[in-house]
Amino acid sequence: MSDLILDHIVVRRGGRAILDDLSLHFPAGRLTAVVGPNGAGKSTMLDVAAGLLAPDAGAVRLGETPLPAIGRKVLARRRAYLPQRAGVEWPVNVERVVALGLTSSLPAFGALPDALLPAVEDALAACDLLALRHRSATALSGGELARAMLARAIVGDPELLIVDEPTAGLDPRHAMDAMRRLRTRADAGRTVILAIHDLDLALNHADGIVAIREGRLLAEGPVLDVVTEDLLCTLYDVRVRILRDADGVAVRFLDDRRPG
Amino acid sequence: MNRWLVPVLTLLLTGAALLSILAGTVWLTPGQTWDALLSTAPDLPGLIVREIRLPRIILGTLIGASLGLSGATLQGLLRNPLAEPGLLGVTSGASLGAVVAIYFGFASSFGLATPLFALTGGFVTAGIALLLARSGGTLALILTGVAISSITMALVMLALNLAPNPYAAYEIMTWLMGSLSDRSWDHVMLALPFVLPGLVILLLTARALDALTLGEVQAESLGVPVTRIRLMALAGTALSVGAATSIAGSIGFVGLMAPHLVRPLVGHQPGRVLLPAMLAGALLVTLADVATRTLIFGGAPLNIGVFTSLIGTPFFLWLILHVRRRTA
Repeated sequence: MSDLILDHIVVRRGGRAILDDLSLHFPAGRLTAVVGPNGAGKSTMLDVAAGLLAPDAGAVRLGETPLPAIGRKVLARRRAYLPQRAGVEWPVNVERVVALGLTSSLPAFGALPDALLPAVEDALAACDLLALRHRSATALSGGELARAMLARAIVGDPELLIVDEPTAGLDPRHAMDAMRRLRTRADAGRTVILAIHDLDLALNHADGIVAIREGRLLAEGPVLDVVTEDLLCTLYDVRVRILRDADGVAVRFLDDRRPG
Repeated sequence: MNRWLVPVLTLLLTGAALLSILAGTVWLTPGQTWDALLSTAPDLPGLIVREIRLPRIILGTLIGASLGLSGATLQGLLRNPLAEPGLLGVTSGASLGAVVAIYFGFASSFGLATPLFALTGGFVTAGIALLLARSGGTLALILTGVAISSITMALVMLALNLAPNPYAAYEIMTWLMGSLSDRSWDHVMLALPFVLPGLVILLLTARALDALTLGEVQAESLGVPVTRIRLMALAGTALSVGAATSIAGSIGFVGLMAPHLVRPLVGHQPGRVLLPAMLAGALLVTLADVATRTLIFGGAPLNIGVFTSLIGTPFFLWLILHVRRRTA
């Protein structure tokens, strides 16, 4: 399995550097959470990491191979990408939505080849969707849709999985479910990268943390080594207290301006 | 249901074509038609079948197929149930070309001048839309198409306004209302080399349209070259619908209706809509053509574009209400 390496990435938009000489290493078999304030460049970084946005300078490598050297279709098979608020635009049923994850392996015409059916079954089972398989994807609840989208992303068993805010808008149980499923992918040896705002989820489920602010790397490494009150304070411009107990880690943001 | 949809539509289309060959001002029996198809005798049934109805049926099928398939492709590409082939400016561009041919009198000196000018008009507007929207996204393509449509329609109105004589104005109006009457094998030969490649290009977008169900970003991540698909949809529409409009004038609502008629039957998957929508479009135009030839009101034959608009508008209204209910 392959690590993903970002090497001195620069992305400029309208004269402003969105990503400013960013070098990152995402090891295989690890769940890495990318954190940072709004506008830090997390989503742009994920776009670059997924090979969807060509950086103005720098290179991205999957294992030893630069991303542009991997063909469009091969790349689509090796990495999956889920953007923020991923949705479905037609009332297609869940089973077919999940099968769309195999697009790059399909012939130009005709139905899904029989050889690919087990992959769809496995993805449906892994995301607890077997009972919903004939339901129209536009009629799903937020949690169910998130599961369907994740199943769509993992159906081809990609070695690199990039997910932007998978827990946004989910209730605590569904959010934890989502993190657990990403955890399973990492434990199976895949490289999993997610951008996330919920620090409690990130700290309790991820192996590694990448902290980005204003397009620059602030800290990178294993969660326990890197995440300190000082780091989070610098990252978000808010006073932070990290609470650790038998149940795990919790982050409390302190509002200085609160009256009383 | 799914497995039978294409065979059933093909069967219906064949039935409609057979009906079309028998029906008209002169009704023929199947026996007469059969004899006429096999012989080369210059008798009345022979001439009617071989020189009038056969090319007309083929043209109707080609035009309907172009409109239905292009409508389905554009709805899939734009993920908008209200998209239709006229959106990209190709139809109105072809109309302007035809109007130029009629207005400046080319049409009266050379029989195929109108379709040739229309074809050029359609391609020129598609080219302009392509150039202007090349760097932008899907929204840029729609807005460009709308702008071009408005300009060309304004020029068409100008031509009507300044028409040199009532006859030219009448001819322009008739053309704008769409018609399949007095079309010959020459028209078939003119349309075929454009319509067939256009249809093939549009059919090739099927897999990409399926992936676009997930939006452009996810489709791109699944290996779909979204920009290229957009160009294919535009080029395929320009070729097929451009040629179809050049021959028959504007025939509204078929491109909008055909995909909707078949979409629920294929589980709403945009790629699977294409082939049935193409057949449904051909079926609609063939039936509309039979209707315009057999339903005569007060002596004047109904133009096919008028007929499709008459049944299409209530459908459009129903669609809007239906879509609103679904998204509300």
